[in-house]
Amino acid sequence: MKKTLTRTALAAVLALSAGGAHAVVKVGFMLPYSGTYAQLGEAIENGFRLYVQEQGGKLAGQELQYFKVDDESNPAKGPENANRLIKRDQVDILVGTVHSGVAMALAKAAKDSDTTLIIPNAGADAITGPLCSKGIFRSSFSNWQPGYAMGPVAAEKGYKTAVTISWNYAAGKESTDGFKESFEKAGGKVIKHLTLPFPNVEFQPLLTEIASLKPDAVYTFFAGGGAVKFVQDYAAAGLNKTIPLLGSGFLTDGTLKAQGASAQGLLTTLHYADGLNTPRDNAFRESYTKHFPKLPPDVYAVQGYDAAQMLAAGLNAVKGDVSKKDEMRAAISAATIDSPRGKFTLSKAGNPVQDFYLREVKGEENKDIGVAVKALADPARGCKL
Amino acid sequence: MDPVIFLIQCLNAVQYGLLLFLVASGLTLIFGIMGIINLAHGSFYMIGAYMAFALQPLVAQYLGGGFVATLLACVVLASLLGYFLEWAFYSYLYRRDHLQQVLMTYGLILVFEELRSIIIDNDVHGVGVPAWLQGTVSLGGIMTYPVYRLFISLVCLLVAGLMYWVLTRSRLGMMIRAGASNREMISSLGIDINRLFRIVFAIGVALAALAGAIAAPVSSVYPGMGHAVLIICFVVVVIGGIGSIRGAFLAAMLVGFVDTFGQVFFPAAAGVMVYLLMAAILLFKPEGLFKQG
Amino acid sequence: MQSTLRAVLLLALVCLAALLPMAASDYYTGLAVKVMIYALFALSLQLLVGGAGLVSLGHAAFFGIAAYFVTLLSPESGAGNMLWLLPGAVLAAMAYAAVTGALSLRTKGIYFIMVTLAFAQMAYYVFHDTKLGGGTDGIYLYFRPELRLGEWVLLNLDAPYAFYLFTLACLLLGWGFLAALMRSRFGAALTGIRVNEQRMRAAGYSTFGYKLMAYVLAGGLAGAAGFLYAAKDGYVNPELLAWDQSGLVLLMVILGGSSRLWGAIVGAVALTLLQEAFQSQDLMGDIAQRWHLTFGLAIIVLVALLPNGLAGLPGQWRQRRQAARIKPSASSL
Repeated sequence: MKKTLTRTALAAVLALSAGGAHAVVKVGFMLPYSGTYAQLGEAIENGFRLYVQEQGGKLAGQELQYFKVDDESNPAKGPENANRLIKRDQVDILVGTVHSGVAMALAKAAKDSDTTLIIPNAGADAITGPLCSKGIFRSSFSNWQPGYAMGPVAAEKGYKTAVTISWNYAAGKESTDGFKESFEKAGGKVIKHLTLPFPNVEFQPLLTEIASLKPDAVYTFFAGGGAVKFVQDYAAAGLNKTIPLLGSGFLTDGTLKAQGASAQGLLTTLHYADGLNTPRDNAFRESYTKHFPKLPPDVYAVQGYDAAQMLAAGLNAVKGDVSKKDEMRAAISAATIDSPRGKFTLSKAGNPVQDFYLREVKGEENKDIGVAVKALADPARGCKL
Repeated sequence: MDPVIFLIQCLNAVQYGLLLFLVASGLTLIFGIMGIINLAHGSFYMIGAYMAFALQPLVAQYLGGGFVATLLACVVLASLLGYFLEWAFYSYLYRRDHLQQVLMTYGLILVFEELRSIIIDNDVHGVGVPAWLQGTVSLGGIMTYPVYRLFISLVCLLVAGLMYWVLTRSRLGMMIRAGASNREMISSLGIDINRLFRIVFAIGVALAALAGAIAAPVSSVYPGMGHAVLIICFVVVVIGGIGSIRGAFLAAMLVGFVDTFGQVFFPAAAGVMVYLLMAAILLFKPEGLFKQG
Repeated sequence: MQSTLRAVLLLALVCLAALLPMAASDYYTGLAVKVMIYALFALSLQLLVGGAGLVSLGHAAFFGIAAYFVTLLSPESGAGNMLWLLPGAVLAAMAYAAVTGALSLRTKGIYFIMVTLAFAQMAYYVFHDTKLGGGTDGIYLYFRPELRLGEWVLLNLDAPYAFYLFTLACLLLGWGFLAALMRSRFGAALTGIRVNEQRMRAAGYSTFGYKLMAYVLAGGLAGAAGFLYAAKDGYVNPELLAWDQSGLVLLMVILGGSSRLWGAIVGAVALTLLQEAFQSQDLMGDIAQRWHLTFGLAIIVLVALLPNGLAGLPGQWRQRRQAARIKPSASSL
């Protein structure tokens, strides 16, 4: 009797432990939970969790255990915050972050410790450029993409000269460089690139410069508080009536309420828009609004949602066994993600190859008025994969 | 450079300088009269802006007032807050050395930022420009200048004038100036030095809050807005000479011009220009442009 | 007897520190390395604040310049040679300290504080706004520098334990150097300048020269800490030179107590542990998300209650006990 009991107990224990290499998949969020980008961090996490919830709380049959670290959008603390998740909490998958400088630190820590990283926002070109790696993926965009997508639009509208303006930091430069590349390829000319120190928001001197240069159009990249102020100042200087303003989508994303009338009619390019009216997007928006009634389903939520989809693609291929890193990463790389923004695949460097929509501000929405560039892939300059 | 463009840039510089003066005047008052280094001054600027954002609908609903009423409400509330803060916290800082003041007020910044996050949120907000100030003025047909910015400059000039009048022509001003020179003498003459300092501190806070509230429609309301203003504020105060309102005014103008024209002529070095200015001035005048007063 | 006891205690502490990585997890070892780097950084500032009485709010510039020096000049495909990278980084920091110190030391008090801040901001903007340092996203140091003499690799720091011991050695050397310095005639002169500069000048000392020397040495030590920081995680960013970093290290010095050298070390440990504790979900529960609030309040309370910092605590207790012992006798009128 005793022998049978012990034997069955032993068998049961063995069966349970052999079921999966890990009972739980540890996911570490490194996002801004305080400061200017806190809203974005929240949206990304919400989007991620929403997808998991829609799958019944498990991905590939695995429960997920979440760990969170507030990166405060401070690159100086990037390495130590990343190590909190990697070494202290020993996560299997890293998801983060919003700020590109922090993402650089996160990418290095992920590479050094061979942890899979999915970036749900930070657009630093270098991460899918010279610093690309088999274990690093993005569910968002590279700073170059929205800029490049606007060039053909500007050329098509007959603009011959343009002035670009942005903060003097990497994201601004990469975005305006993208615009310059496609605009000049289509026959236009960027006559001047204006910059001001980050995070200075006193735009008047440069707006006066623009007025004196009299270009056909202005392309800009600003985000957050700077975007609100720039659009308002541009309108107040009367420039929106004489010199059309074009921008990367972040100029008008999440800022329309604060910008009000000054943003009406602005054209921007982004990989997401309002009014796409596809069944996938409608289902996503309905689901998101049901679970998070006070928050709009924006591009950040979509990026978080798709990060979860990418992880699911990887986990499904290895049946939930995270220790099979190479297989999982290969599966993510080869996946087609059915995103609310439309279907997209990943380039070899890990960046989404996706459609970029042309959007116009109507009321408090960035309405989709067409596709600016289809299936745009970041050239991944310097990536040795 | 086109002469019209040059004039417009000068206008930009003056307008920026005036707003800087409004914020910096409070800091130099507190620093000069009370001898306290207050790192949390930028937080008061932020508090003023958030007050404007939060109070605008309330003032409209319960008092039927418009923008000016909101501004007045902000000033009143900020003064009360300053009065309370001085009694509860800052009065303990007089006896401490500068280092401890720096650190305790640094701790206060963290507390304020987190409280703001709890009470309101972390989002970027806008404050609407009132209808009667929404127009623009055409500048030589090149661009238009928003009337609201002219309004800001006007208010700053009014406040500057008011401060000058109070400090030089009123009894309160006399007591403030006397208290700055010799604290013990004042209290031995029977003037309640504690109440005086409380009033001065309240004024300083109100000035910073007014600057934040009045700038809110053009600078938008967002976390961390106090941080950027703080450093520039200290630069202005140090260049002008600690405790000197005149100095703060001149320094703010200088900084406005250097920053504006620096951005246009030396965009790569624009961030450094103001610090170069400060270093240059301090090397020739190690205690700022003006002495106290 | 006292001094031998102290020496034994110190030796025991050092041994414990050296053996820590064997017992602690990877994460806590990394945390300990970070604490030691910041302790060295704080010690360098302690020389200025506690030694010479100069409060600098721009010390992060030297830390950052050295970190960028080693990152920019290390080859991308292999480990750089510490033989020239480490002294080079320290010298780069010292050079900037010499130039800016010569100009800053002409001012006093709050103006000195602001000028040091200005020079740090200038360095910050060079790395932040220009292409020199790779811009705002920062740059990577791909391989940790090793010590090579020709073809022989004398010291390879890739292993975490090796790097830990190297950092510990640097910290102890730095501390020893400063302790010896403060005991020397130079240190005595510095103390005299801190207490009463005019008297020192009347006694014939060239106070400017002494202060400048202290400033340059402090910059060099901060540079050594910066080198270690870059080598640790391999990522540098212009934010390393921002005034929050300068403020943070100043906070460590004050919290630890500016009266004793080891106060800086205690301050660095205490501040880092405080930050970890307040952010830890396990210890604080849900308030951990609002750790800025709790941390800010803690700073205020600590500075208020401990005017001489943690190192001044024994002195405070001693004073209180002495005051309690002296009781007024009722008969004395």
